[in-house]
Amino acid sequence: MQVTDTHFQDKINADIKVEPKEWMPGKYRQTLIRQISQHAHSEIVGMLPEGAWITRAPSLKRKAILLAKVQDEAGHGLYLYSAAETLGITRDEMVEQLHSGKAKYSSIFNYPTLTWADIGAIGWLVDGAAIINQVPLCRTSYGPYARAMVRICREESFHQRQGFEILLTLSKGTQAQHDMAQDAINRWWWPSLMMFGPPDDDSPNTAQSMQWKIKRQSNDELRQKFVDICAEQVKALELTLPDDKLAWNETRGHYDFGEINWDEFYQVISGNGPCNKERMTARVKAWEDGAWVREAAMKEVIGQ
Amino acid sequence: MDTSIEAITATSELKARVESDQLIDYLLHLADNALILGHRNSEWCGHGPILELDIAITNIALDLIGQARHFYQYAAELINQPDVTNRKASPMGGGLEGATEDALAFLRDAKDFKNCLLVEQPNGDWGVTVMRQFFFSTWQYYLYQHLQNSNDKRIAAIAAKALKEVTYHVRWSSEWVIRLGRGTEESNAKMTNAVDVLNQYSGELFTPADYENVAVREGYGADLCTIKHLWVQKVKETFQDATLAFLLPSNDHILQLFGKIGEHTTHLYELLTEMQFLQRTYPGAQW
Repeated sequence: MQVTDTHFQDKINADIKVEPKEWMPGKYRQTLIRQISQHAHSEIVGMLPEGAWITRAPSLKRKAILLAKVQDEAGHGLYLYSAAETLGITRDEMVEQLHSGKAKYSSIFNYPTLTWADIGAIGWLVDGAAIINQVPLCRTSYGPYARAMVRICREESFHQRQGFEILLTLSKGTQAQHDMAQDAINRWWWPSLMMFGPPDDDSPNTAQSMQWKIKRQSNDELRQKFVDICAEQVKALELTLPDDKLAWNETRGHYDFGEINWDEFYQVISGNGPCNKERMTARVKAWEDGAWVREAAMKEVIGQ
Repeated sequence: MDTSIEAITATSELKARVESDQLIDYLLHLADNALILGHRNSEWCGHGPILELDIAITNIALDLIGQARHFYQYAAELINQPDVTNRKASPMGGGLEGATEDALAFLRDAKDFKNCLLVEQPNGDWGVTVMRQFFFSTWQYYLYQHLQNSNDKRIAAIAAKALKEVTYHVRWSSEWVIRLGRGTEESNAKMTNAVDVLNQYSGELFTPADYENVAVREGYGADLCTIKHLWVQKVKETFQDATLAFLLPSNDHILQLFGKIGEHTTHLYELLTEMQFLQRTYPGAQW
């Protein structure tokens, strides 16, 4: 370890935030670019499955709430791209990495939204999982990322509540609505658990990220926390989670839960999920269709 | 939702007017315009040319849907007045009890929608969307400027609140018309095409339906002749800046269709099929 490295680690250990112009190890910078841009891409791709229901929302109020919510995600993408740009990469480069497949986004968004209840399930489970993942990131060691996360978390908790509320309304509605809610939970539960990433003993980047305090809790710790919360909340919904093995474990003080299908996880990540192609096609199309608009706008900027 | 607007209830004087149905038709016209364009804009969410524009068009969609809700809520209150009699037909197209904003939006057929043809046109490319917004917002701006002095206090309050939003919509869309008109050869061609696609629908904005004539006569509506004059001036100036050729509002479409009285293009039928699907498939369900 070089002197600068040691000094850097001391700073991290003392919980002093790292700021853009300061020295940082190359790998710290690369890890952050990868993680923040991946997070930004997830926000942007994540607009698509929910956006698909804006035009079909069942009431004007729901339509307005969903529209505002998806717009929030665009805003989150914007904060995160800006945070990543402080590390010396441009937004265009990041977009290019997304479109070429070099950069990843959360695999959850490769699942389809089949019914209105999916909008509730995404809010409750997907945004719920995102919050658990993201709350520790408000204390992450890189200043711009931590500050972006504070704003994002504030909005995510509103998203999670609106999702829960959609499911509650459906659960208490007609039998068809109740069934629709249960079906959505059945489909979204396992992919939500995968959002915390691979198990700790199979997560190569975790140890270094924890040492640098980019990450503050391990994948499995966060996943357990999520299961414990959802196992209680689902009772209030009068619905169930699709896991026979889900049971309170007195000794551990946590819920036990069944085996996650990691094969599915890796399949979806490597491009074989139900909607991978559709999502990327939509993103690339939006980008290409918008090229003339960006060019014209750039010309004005340069011309002035 | 702004409760102060909802607090302004119909006076007995207004109830008398409702007997002619014209006020309700007028409100539905205002609401339908806002809802349908808001819906069209919302189709862009997640697909805009750049994140900042995605956010901007979604903002406009949200504003318009908000305006639509205010007008629908008022219309629903008037429809639900128990002592209103002799109405020629329910605006719901037949005997629907207990009108709500959602019933008015989701359970009327296309032929009962009173929006202008301009707002139901497909988004096309970004140029068509921006031009459509500019044509419409400029019209809506002058309209609401008049309506904020409407003798119907509720309409006046809704218009006054919405005017702040529409002022921004005009600024945003006119700036983009200019930017893209001047931008590159390609962007200028796209904007020229947008005028070509949309100009045939601009004339309808200034062609009054009966309920608009009544609205002017009764003092709660706005005179479209005055608005046309202002609109032409604003669009002309903007087009000059944008280096685009200005065309006078065209009335050609009147030979075929008149959206304000329920004569629509197939685009509205398709839009409503999508928008109304849940309410139609699960009648009476709460969401």
